[in-house]
Amino acid sequence: MSTTETPASGVGPVEGAPVYTVDTPAPLIEAPRKRTKKSPRSTRGNFELAAWLFMRLSGIVLVVLVIGHLLIQLVLDGGVSKVGFAFVAGRWASPFWQVWDLLMLWLAMLHGANGLRTIINDYAERPASRLWLKALLYTATVFTILLGTLVIFTFDPNIR
Amino acid sequence: MPAGTLYRGREGMWSWVAHRVTGVLIFFFLFVHVLDTALVRVSPEAYDKVVATYKTPIVALLEYGLVAAILFHALNGLRVIAVDFWSKGPRYQKQMFWTVMGVWIVLMAGAIYPVLGHAYRVLFGS
Repeated sequence: MSTTETPASGVGPVEGAPVYTVDTPAPLIEAPRKRTKKSPRSTRGNFELAAWLFMRLSGIVLVVLVIGHLLIQLVLDGGVSKVGFAFVAGRWASPFWQVWDLLMLWLAMLHGANGLRTIINDYAERPASRLWLKALLYTATVFTILLGTLVIFTFDPNIR
Repeated sequence: MPAGTLYRGREGMWSWVAHRVTGVLIFFFLFVHVLDTALVRVSPEAYDKVVATYKTPIVALLEYGLVAAILFHALNGLRVIAVDFWSKGPRYQKQMFWTVMGVWIVLMAGAIYPVLGHAYRVLFGS
């Protein structure tokens, strides 16, 4: 008893597998978008997947960093009334708080920029509007990240 | 009389809308906040002058709004992560939304005195 038969219908042979076997008596039909050796290599990267994952991972870290920041600046020890140059100098004397603020700056800016990128993609329909809104967004984001980083690294408590 | 057919949204849709709105508000505040903090590189006086506006009653009220936006975005963000990564997340998304709202109300009640106490003392004396 043979395991393969030549199909009488128009079903062509599927790559690497006989059309009829004992286990698959019905004709085997290839999935429409199955990647095979013949299909061209994808030209798209995984940027959107990476961005999606980044939103979730940075979000978890930001919950800790930002709620800690709010507790220190707005709740503990007199709330906002104690904030001033001397308070900032006291906190940035410690590398721990410098790293905390630097990490918070980078993660929050990138998280927010990616969120706004999504919103522009959703609501701005004309190609020109999308281009200019994103150009503005990326410029403002790079400027703010660089400015904030510079301020943290070059902070001078004895500026005057 | 037939029931209305206009889709008015449920917990899932409205939490998505609120997540967007609070996210945009927080992002715009972040720009301003990095700029005002950058004044520590100008002079202590310039920084203290701009921080003084953060201590006025009207801005204190805005700070309370900022805390409201951040807490909602943080709690609902954790809910979104649970929906995406927890196998039973989608089934319990509605319960998780109301849990978020409950925790949010408790935290907002707890933030009234610390965030607005200073403004109260400015307006009505100690």
